[in-house]
Amino acid sequence: MKPSVFWRLADDIPKPMSTALMVLSIAVPFALWWLVASLDLVNDKFLPSPLQVAQALGRLWTDGFLVGDTAASIMRVTVGFALAALVSVPIGIAMGAFASVRSLLEPIIGVVRYMPPPAFIPLLVIYLGLGEAPKIALIFMGTVFFNILMIMDAVKFVPKALLETTYTLGGQRRQALFQVITPYVVPNIIDTFRINIATSWSLVVVAELVAAENGLGKRIVLAQKFFNTDEIFACLIILGVIGFALDLSLRGLMKATCKWAVD
Amino acid sequence: MHLEINNLSKQFDTSQGSVLALDDINMHVETGEFVCAVGASGSGKSTLLRLVAGLDMPTTGEITVDGQAVTGPGSDRGMIFQSYTLYPWMSVQKNVEFGLKLQGVGPKERREMASYYLDVVGLTKFARSLPKQLSGGMKQRVAIARTLASRPKIMLMDEPFGALDVQTKETMQQFMLDLWNRTGVSILMITHDVDEAVFLSQRIYVLTAHPGTIQREVFVDLPSDRDYTIRRDRAFQDTREGIMDLLRGKTAPALVS
Ligand SMILES: Nc1ncnc2c1ncn2[C@@H]1O[C@H](COP(=O)(O)OP(=O)(O)OP(=O)(O)O)[C@@H](O)[C@H]1O
Ligand SMILES: [Mg+2]
Repeated sequence: MKPSVFWRLADDIPKPMSTALMVLSIAVPFALWWLVASLDLVNDKFLPSPLQVAQALGRLWTDGFLVGDTAASIMRVTVGFALAALVSVPIGIAMGAFASVRSLLEPIIGVVRYMPPPAFIPLLVIYLGLGEAPKIALIFMGTVFFNILMIMDAVKFVPKALLETTYTLGGQRRQALFQVITPYVVPNIIDTFRINIATSWSLVVVAELVAAENGLGKRIVLAQKFFNTDEIFACLIILGVIGFALDLSLRGLMKATCKWAVD
Repeated sequence: MHLEINNLSKQFDTSQGSVLALDDINMHVETGEFVCAVGASGSGKSTLLRLVAGLDMPTTGEITVDGQAVTGPGSDRGMIFQSYTLYPWMSVQKNVEFGLKLQGVGPKERREMASYYLDVVGLTKFARSLPKQLSGGMKQRVAIARTLASRPKIMLMDEPFGALDVQTKETMQQFMLDLWNRTGVSILMITHDVDEAVFLSQRIYVLTAHPGTIQREVFVDLPSDRDYTIRRDRAFQDTREGIMDLLRGKTAPALVS
């Protein structure tokens, strides 16, 4: 029997169908939310309607909080993650390429990465105070180790024959490292960043929930104090949309720079 | 060019014990020769080629190229692997240029050389393509162009057509033979395909397995400008059957050696 188009195994479906399904993916939950809220099954204070959330969004926008808090959160993620990226690329490649560096660093990273980053917040506050530094440090700590280990793994998958070819073409070890291994793992690095930036997006909110003067996490705490669930919903939606946009832009970066690795 | 291998042996020591992969190998390749080594799986063919390439070190014996002992890999001994080894992020053109780039050749000269060798292998039209857009046979031709562009003294080939289908393989064998006739490059190729060895080479070393030793050196007494019709030739068939007999463990008195 011919399988229906819907159940094609590990194969593409027609473009119109995939577009339709993608629209449904957002539209159905949204419609359900709308329905439940409008039926008045739940108190407005607990489940605001989409309209109320839109109004809350408008309020946050006109008060200037939306731009200010979003900018604050994005700035923390950007700085913290950029630092983590800067450190993790050379260390990850070195660990993948040199068994010696791997032996030296893998045990300590293996232990530290299992210490939940939020557990470091009290220490970070003691060491770095309440400003931007502890939040950036938290994001850095929470992502750098995973970045390193994932990049290291990618390097291990560089085909040995590709390196041996390089040597028989007259290449030196240095050239093999910088002109073969490094470009080979660039797509993996971008993918690693795409996956781990999600973690940093969570951590920034955690940090702001604990102690901050602004940021989307802080806005949520304040909204809770005044029982403004519509504002909480608004912030959650903003968080989701920005996170999704980050993901999409890293996918775009991959498509633009690594044509060879995407189909 | 004069490649010489003297009393070569290679033993692998693993946790399961040691394996003698090659034992007392003596062979040579001269300028412009096309030499093949044939042997069953496990006869140490790949090991032999890796030693010549300098990717592994022999246990005893030595390998010299023009009197210079081989101590490591170098562009004077270009290697074509059975697996495809194009750099996937580089265009075909950049792949062919890459060896020259590693050796510090300037961009302009690099481009010219690469274009020339792409023309030699008939892939000028694909200069801007990515490796993933090429068929297996085309990938190997790019790899050959890349190796040739470095002007090696000898080209080493490890079952380069092993992964290809029968038709493509035959096309590639003819291509290899024409290329060799045109460029005069010295070639040492290993294969388990006796037919391929007889078709391509002037001299064949027949290896035994476990440990790999040279059982016989066979001269192929055929003209150098061959095409597929030569397979119907009596001399071709006799040589091929003779080598097959050797590999089966029988004696083959009919062979020229
Ligand atoms: N790195 C290694 N470590 C341990 N043993 C090895 C290693 N490389 C090869 N051997 C052993 O040496 C012997 C010869 O291997 P080799 O790969 O050279 O054979 P081959 O003639 O190329 O075989 P095939 O036709 O299957 O490619 C085998 O018994 C193999 O197990
Ligand atoms: Mg082999």
